[in-house]
Amino acid sequence: MTVVATGEDSETQRSQQLQTAPAAVSVRGLRKSFRIPHHTYSTLKERVLHPFAARTFEELKAVDDVSFEVARGEFFGIVGRNGSGKSTLLKLLAGIYETDEGEVTIDGRLSPFIELGVGFNPDLAARDNVAINAIMLGLTRKQASERFDDILKFAELEEFIDLKLKNYSSGMSVRLAFSVAIEVDADVLLVDEVLAVGDAAFQHKCFEEFQRMKDEGRTLILVTHDMGAVQRFCDRAMLIERGRVVEIGDPERVARAYNEINFGRLVYDVEDGPRYGDHVAAEIVDAWFENEVGQRLNAQLQGDPLTFAMAVRFNEDLEDPIFAVTLRNSKRHAIFGTSSAAFHGPSGAFKSGQIAEVKISMQNLFAADSFTATPSIAHSGTGQSAIDVREDMARVIIHSTKYTGGVIDLPHEYTIERR
Amino acid sequence: MSLDSVPGAPVRESEFQRFANLTWTLAITEWRLRFYGSVLGVAWTLLRPFAFFGVIYVVFAKIAKVGEGVVNYPAYILLSLILFGFFGEVTGGCVGALVQRENLLRKMRFPRLVIPVSVAVTALLNLGMALIAGVIFLVALGVTPDWGWLQLIPMVVLLLIFSLGVGLLLSALFVRFRDIQPIWEVVSQMLFYASPILYVATLVPPDYLRPYLANPIASILTQMRHAIMDPNAAGAAEAIGGAPRLLIPLGIVFGTFALGWWVFNREAPRVAENL
Repeated sequence: MTVVATGEDSETQRSQQLQTAPAAVSVRGLRKSFRIPHHTYSTLKERVLHPFAARTFEELKAVDDVSFEVARGEFFGIVGRNGSGKSTLLKLLAGIYETDEGEVTIDGRLSPFIELGVGFNPDLAARDNVAINAIMLGLTRKQASERFDDILKFAELEEFIDLKLKNYSSGMSVRLAFSVAIEVDADVLLVDEVLAVGDAAFQHKCFEEFQRMKDEGRTLILVTHDMGAVQRFCDRAMLIERGRVVEIGDPERVARAYNEINFGRLVYDVEDGPRYGDHVAAEIVDAWFENEVGQRLNAQLQGDPLTFAMAVRFNEDLEDPIFAVTLRNSKRHAIFGTSSAAFHGPSGAFKSGQIAEVKISMQNLFAADSFTATPSIAHSGTGQSAIDVREDMARVIIHSTKYTGGVIDLPHEYTIERR
Repeated sequence: MSLDSVPGAPVRESEFQRFANLTWTLAITEWRLRFYGSVLGVAWTLLRPFAFFGVIYVVFAKIAKVGEGVVNYPAYILLSLILFGFFGEVTGGCVGALVQRENLLRKMRFPRLVIPVSVAVTALLNLGMALIAGVIFLVALGVTPDWGWLQLIPMVVLLLIFSLGVGLLLSALFVRFRDIQPIWEVVSQMLFYASPILYVATLVPPDYLRPYLANPIASILTQMRHAIMDPNAAGAAEAIGGAPRLLIPLGIVFGTFALGWWVFNREAPRVAENL
């Protein structure tokens, strides 16, 4: 990690500059809808056989009255769930789709492509693919051959230049595509989902390249699911949902809104996981997360108090049952686990018919993600004889304003000494 | 709204240059890929018409004896096959061209016309090769080259305009109606027999000859016979009954092209979303 002493200052300076910069892309009242027919007559035969069949269709408003401006030199993120209309919007900007209503004004040269590696052919050698791709992206033959060496050097694939593309790993071919794309002479670049390119070292180069583009005052509009990338690169971002702008502005705020839409839905949609144990002697009847005043939570900001709670009903008298919970992140990694036997000691006696609430409050260091809790009760002893295990019974989303790539964010300190 | 006409957007290369660059790149890539991995490579381009020619020659010249009394009949069959093959390649290639290039169309802004035109350019490359081999073969068969052979150039140009017109129409319609493909296969087959390829136009009963020659391919091949195989055979003008009547096949050529052009450009802006 590099520490720039004047980081804060240059940030504010930049945002001031962007506020006064003229608009490179200006979109006003943009609309686009697709007609989804109830019956598709995609052949002449069907059209002839059903000449008077009512051609009913549903109108899908993919982009519905969208307006925004992107300043010259700004990096602008467009985020949204699948089917939210973000790719359609990008295609409208690129001129690939025709607009129904509204205006798109682009000041400057617009890159003609929205994806890397357009026209790549697996049966041709990388050398040929670079040449073809460069011409597709708008370079002339002369420019393409002049920049050929730079492209290969950047991609670090000089040795593999005569290898057919189908023998490339996916990482290698994306590297090649990225290296061609940065050679394109465009003032406004439109990019759909590309940032995770290659290995760590190459990613670093890509980030530097983005920085260089920023310094050159190029405008970039990026469509992605990757909130980390948005927070890292974008000056501003926009969240769209069902074709409408939900949130626009500060990337952190947009990322949080995105997480709410995205995971917020999961909380209600996803069912509990499997249940183990005979749950005769006792059963877990409820589990949830709550804050410091006992309000149930679907989401919590990193660092704010977080408590896991479960309600247990006893059907028999039990001595020192063991309560435990495991928290998993969205990738199903167990991030945290605890049991009363190890961290609390004997839990005491419970009577048949009694209901107990067990609460575990924890330090909330979790990285931004969706977490599930799997509570369990076991007979006293080793904890091996489980009475009831309820997988993924409770969920919580953790927001964070920073993207670190870790699963938890440990408190840490920097020391920088100049010698 | 047209993004290309946004004020203050300087163009890197002229629109035409970009069009030409893209078309050529697509055409040459396609041409190279077609023979990728084959042992005989480009020779396959030639093998097809020549093998077909061999079969037809044996059946029609030796067994059915259709061409008795026709001067340079084998040479006529060969050249007709090559020219009709070109027509078939352009039109057949255009039908599915937009759908096959879906990836490009959905990911990049470029003149949609590039795609059918590149199909035609690839076919032209193949035609050029086949014609070179064909001419050598003609000389070997004892046909003497003369200036009349240059008439091949306007013939190919007319054939190109006609096939591209049909191709534009088919490719635009195929996006909406997927059964255009089998329909065109049948129509193409019918055109093959409705054109003087296996026989010569003068074998057609005189009553039907004039409407028969309204088919531009029939007129072109008839003229080719006159110009290359046999100066004594009737040219297109003579066979149709006077040069003014040639306006009919010519009108069909340019009319088809205009129709194809119009339909294609009408559909082009929405092609990407209709795929």
